[in-house]
Amino acid sequence: MGIMSRFLAAPVLAALVGFGIAGVAPAADISGAGATFPYPVYAKWADSYKKETGTGLNYQSIGSGGGIKQIKAKTVTFGASDAPLKEEELKQDALVQWPMIMGGAVPAINVPGLNPGELTLDGPTLARMYLGEITKWNDPAIAALNKGVKLPSTAIAVVYRSDGSGTNFLFTNYLSKVSKDFEGKVGAAASVQWPTGIGAKGNEGVANMVKQTAGAIGYVEYAYVKQNHMNYAGLINAAGKKVQPDAKSFQAAAANADWAHTPGYAVILTNQPGAESWPITGASFILMHEKVEDPAAAAEALKFFDWAYKKGGKEAEALDYVPMPASVADMVRKTWAAHIKDANGKPVHAG
Amino acid sequence: MADLIIAEPAATLSRAGRYQRQDRYFQWLTGGFALFVLLLLGGIVLSILDGAWPALRQFGFGFLVTETWNPVTEKFGALAPIFGTLVTSIIAMLVGVPLGFGIALFLTERCPPVLKRPLGIAVELLAGIPSIIYGIWGLFVLAPFLQHHVQPFLIDTLGELPWIGALFQGPPYGIGVLTAGLILGIMVLPFITAITRDVFDTVPPLLRESAYGLGCTTWEVVWNVVLPYTRAGVVGGIMLGLGRALGETMAVTFVIGNAHRISGSLLAPGTTISAAIANEFTEATGDLYTSSLIALGLLLFVITFGVLTAARLMLRHLERRRGA
Repeated sequence: MGIMSRFLAAPVLAALVGFGIAGVAPAADISGAGATFPYPVYAKWADSYKKETGTGLNYQSIGSGGGIKQIKAKTVTFGASDAPLKEEELKQDALVQWPMIMGGAVPAINVPGLNPGELTLDGPTLARMYLGEITKWNDPAIAALNKGVKLPSTAIAVVYRSDGSGTNFLFTNYLSKVSKDFEGKVGAAASVQWPTGIGAKGNEGVANMVKQTAGAIGYVEYAYVKQNHMNYAGLINAAGKKVQPDAKSFQAAAANADWAHTPGYAVILTNQPGAESWPITGASFILMHEKVEDPAAAAEALKFFDWAYKKGGKEAEALDYVPMPASVADMVRKTWAAHIKDANGKPVHAG
Repeated sequence: MADLIIAEPAATLSRAGRYQRQDRYFQWLTGGFALFVLLLLGGIVLSILDGAWPALRQFGFGFLVTETWNPVTEKFGALAPIFGTLVTSIIAMLVGVPLGFGIALFLTERCPPVLKRPLGIAVELLAGIPSIIYGIWGLFVLAPFLQHHVQPFLIDTLGELPWIGALFQGPPYGIGVLTAGLILGIMVLPFITAITRDVFDTVPPLLRESAYGLGCTTWEVVWNVVLPYTRAGVVGGIMLGLGRALGETMAVTFVIGNAHRISGSLLAPGTTISAAIANEFTEATGDLYTSSLIALGLLLFVITFGVLTAARLMLRHLERRRGA
């Protein structure tokens, strides 16, 4: 693995060296690497932040796995991961973790004759569709959830996301929570072995495949459904209520989560309680070392995250991401002050 | 010349010595370049072996014959990607070789001189299109076309036949093993065409014209004169195309459906070695998972090496038989 992380580190180093030679920037760029899911919003924030402060961000969206490897190898100031690391893993490498931004996955469908949101599904039914047990749209299990909706007898074409991704993790995590059967046969991970269906690459691949195939069901990030005006299904959440995917229902899921009592904020926001919570919601996480080797760089990074919590909300919403609630941001700031320190034990982030 | 040597022997000798030295340096330099390739290859093989070792130790020979690929339980087997790689490459060759041959034959034997250059350039341009473009075109244009027009037809006709019917059954998804094979066939076409055309052009006009003079048809000339003369080059072109088909990543990833399953139907989704790596490497977190993906890479290396060796052996066998 050493070879791999060195290979991945090369562009970062090259970028830093390039900066040193050019010598135009007042401060070095903040360097980070990891998850691809939050990349558009991090890039947008970085752009605005650079205009305001002159400090740039060099974020390599190489995937969560790569981000975790790089922060462990200390080649970047922060790593980013879609799935939270477990407490043991954080302790082992003395890492601090917090949630930065949220998003959600939405079941996208292509069923002739239905309007967006008209169809409602629940977790167990969705799991059985992805296990290949429900094969027709007019199956009694779907009909029971949709009284008064005219369902066609079209065969269900299951579409999943083939590349390892945070969206996969959220979706399979949700299905594993609501269906013991799914947990046993498939399980939850960024890539899983699907018993049925066809794999498309990326959100755009899944969206395209669903649009092209009559009777298809897939799952994509909320932004894709909204921006492409796709047909989607509502879900029945843990409280037994019908919910539609929107910023409000994502935030409800975050607000109802127990952040304060979960070490490393490792809350996976799927199937959260609360009447308005969208059940397939998730946060993307940032990782930094507890004892930083370069306090100046760490301080710059934390300043950027602080700015993003305060001022990044609008831009995140414009891109159909969901900003963290202010209460969570306050908790995270306290975590920074208490845990991220320089060699002398002094907190890196002032304020 | 003799006068010169007598006139200034020392200067000439020193000059000759200098030339000799220059030649020696030149040999070292170019030899060094060649050695660099060997070192690079050796280094890559060693690092892949090193990376693949944990997976190979864990799964042993079972890695080659297991279809399961489950990141959750960390059980990995390479059978489905190996199968997909071979099947898509075979389809690509079934499409690419006859087409490429036909084009090359037309260009060298029958084509009006006015068309020869534009057609040749068009084929070479196909080789210049980046594979991601083929992938996007395959996903947004070719796949829907196959899904709505070609696959339903195949399912209703060929799918009903005994034996080969099994190859064309199941729902028409548009993407799948067949689509990936077709895209690959188009992608290898320029390699096969360009090389076979170039070697066909090396056949001495004397041979060709003698055959025509004897009253041979174009086909007879090609089969009995041109092909035997250019065998080595033609096989080389096909192998280059096959090498590309085996290793092609991006275009295949878009259209193959990416399922670690072996299916009897060509319309069903599958996966290839390089597509599996491209899909999963970024978010592979466990050590065994990463190692299994690297082991897949090692397998592709072995398969490609095996194919090239087989081609060399076949060629040598052919040459020997012709010599006898």
